Amino acid sequence: MFKLIKQLTSLIAMLAVLFTFTTEAMAAKKSKTLKNTQKKGFVRCGVSQGLPGFSNADASGNWTGVDVDVCRAVAAAVLGDANKVKFTPLSAKERFTALTSGEIDILSRNTTWTLSRDADIGLTFVGVNFYDGQGFMVRKNSGYTSVNDFKDGISACTNLGTTTELNMRDFFNSKGISYEPVTFEKADEVVAAYDAGRCDTYTTDKSGLAAQRIKLSAPDDHIVLPETISKEPLGPVVRQGDSVWEDIVRWSLNVMIEAEEYGVNSGNADSMKSSDNPAIKRLVGAEGELGAAFGLDNDWSLRIIKQVGNYGESYKRNIADTGILPDRGPNELWTRGGILYVPPAR
Amino acid sequence: MNFKLKKLVPQLLTLLVVIIVFGFFTFNAQVNMENRGIEFGFGFLTQESSFDVQFSLIEYDGSHSYARAYLVGLLNTLLVAFIGIILSTILGIIIGIARLSPNYLIEKAAAWYVEFFRNIPLLLQIFFWYFAALRALPLPQDADSMFGVFFLTIKGLFVPKFVWENLDIFFYSIIAAIVSVLVIKNYARKLQENEGKQLPVFFISVCLFIILPLLTFLIGGVSLDFSIPLLKQISNTSYIYEGGLGIPPELIALTLALGLYTATFIAECVRAGIQGISKGQKEAAASIGLTPNQILKLVVMPQALRIIIPPTTNQYLNLTKNSSLAAAIAYPDIVLVFAGTALMQTGRAIEIVSITMLTYLSISLSISVLMNWYNKSIAIKEK
Repeated sequence: MFKLIKQLTSLIAMLAVLFTFTTEAMAAKKSKTLKNTQKKGFVRCGVSQGLPGFSNADASGNWTGVDVDVCRAVAAAVLGDANKVKFTPLSAKERFTALTSGEIDILSRNTTWTLSRDADIGLTFVGVNFYDGQGFMVRKNSGYTSVNDFKDGISACTNLGTTTELNMRDFFNSKGISYEPVTFEKADEVVAAYDAGRCDTYTTDKSGLAAQRIKLSAPDDHIVLPETISKEPLGPVVRQGDSVWEDIVRWSLNVMIEAEEYGVNSGNADSMKSSDNPAIKRLVGAEGELGAAFGLDNDWSLRIIKQVGNYGESYKRNIADTGILPDRGPNELWTRGGILYVPPAR
Repeated sequence: MNFKLKKLVPQLLTLLVVIIVFGFFTFNAQVNMENRGIEFGFGFLTQESSFDVQFSLIEYDGSHSYARAYLVGLLNTLLVAFIGIILSTILGIIIGIARLSPNYLIEKAAAWYVEFFRNIPLLLQIFFWYFAALRALPLPQDADSMFGVFFLTIKGLFVPKFVWENLDIFFYSIIAAIVSVLVIKNYARKLQENEGKQLPVFFISVCLFIILPLLTFLIGGVSLDFSIPLLKQISNTSYIYEGGLGIPPELIALTLALGLYTATFIAECVRAGIQGISKGQKEAAASIGLTPNQILKLVVMPQALRIIIPPTTNQYLNLTKNSSLAAAIAYPDIVLVFAGTALMQTGRAIEIVSITMLTYLSISLSISVLMNWYNKSIAIKEK
């Protein structure tokens, strides 16, 4: 009798251990960040302090931009409503600390993907939503038509804590030109200082130059020089260590680009459910079980397309129609001569 | 339970709580950093920084280490604090005394100055001096020179650079002047104590400080040349001065804003100190035949200083800490260079922020120790 009790207890103990293991394994499959986000009811998204076309708030506090749309896509996927996003404006200096410390869950703030950022500081880049490169803006009447005209003693205004600072040094060093770097924490101050004449040139990503030019007192008096001195693949970033959340953000972005490729947009998404193309059917959730892999329902991608639109719509709405960069350049689909190419959603 | 134990237990408990709180934060940071694959360490300090800094007191460029970049930022912070403290002290004393002036106009002007500058947030004042003044300043090619050698432009103040020869001999002469002044001061005190005669110590000191260095120029082989800034064209419309010493507008705006702001508080300290001395002291001094100058120097000031120094120390500390607002206008102080760019490039938030905090703590404590020592030296010595 005593032996039986002993055996029974050990069996129960074993079962208990086994049970905890399996539940833990299942819990690991479900993302902690996803769980927290669903509990809170909004996606916490870090954006810039105002860069037209990428992330910019209007007078009534509505955020728009291609970076903003990535966060909206994630909100549509995991919460069912693209408006359930809490945006936190961050300076270049604050952005990574805000993400690693858990203040935000997605950083979608025109951030360049580099090796050291990806590998060194607890971050994971999930993709590229804008291919950019660093350029220079100068005054039209300065006579500069190329970066080769730059001379010793030139002063360059830029943002603090960006890859721009490093590229600038590489560039001027390779040309053997001595220069004066003037670095501000906020983009608005860079623009103001350049506008006042403190600097001869303003350098940052070319998309940023195009966007900030609008803020100058006389935008037409300034030109962006043709040369591009660096590669700046900009994309959303998540914290390292939550691979399911990472996948959700990555595929929310990919779905937008793939939707454009297959001609699915916010207007026709519902009718595409009866498409003959299985790839399109999978994209709008009429076939397959794609959402289950993240612990989401099957309409997650349909909601992204319906509420936020495909990448082309987002680009047109935020960057082309606002006159920032009407030409898509490298940010065109690979099928139309650009380099936007995403893995298939299947 | 004996008395000793009763005293000890609460202290031990407090210590325990402090240790637990610290331990918790350390543990928490460790766990979170491990989860995110971040390593803790100071090895990055020796790595190449690969970013340039606009303005540096020591030789520095991107090929130097992060440790060197830290030093650049630290020296720039100390420079602003040093100039700011001197500026605010001089201005503060003048305004403080002006507030007690019997002249209605001077008194009211000083009062308005104090009320105006101390009631506007410092950051706004910094922005004002930087952006408003920047816009008002001329471009390098349009600048009017002062005496043909100083040029105040939007790109900074360009002044002639000193080119010294035998600079060390000049320094020795300054040291010699300081030593002889101390000797004379000592002698003058003894002379007064023993024979009641007074020497014009201040006058003699000034003369020594002028004559001794001057001698080195005449016979010591010291020579001084000026390298005057010259205008150089770098594009159709942009120019820059070369050859002289360029003081960036960021430094000027920052020291000006810090100095003007802190001066208001120091002025109030000075006024409080002087008003804190009772009228009887002055009347007593006058009754034994001291001149008004002597009354101020020998009776009022020594007592007023005891009231002025402690709150003024606070203002010095505030000024030093406020200098961290430099980052807003691109002056490369320790916050901008080290806790800004270096933090971004390395991602070592915990290490860099702790180093920066410790640095400010050390600077503040040093100022505090210095001022406390001075305060003690002028305190009433009870016999």
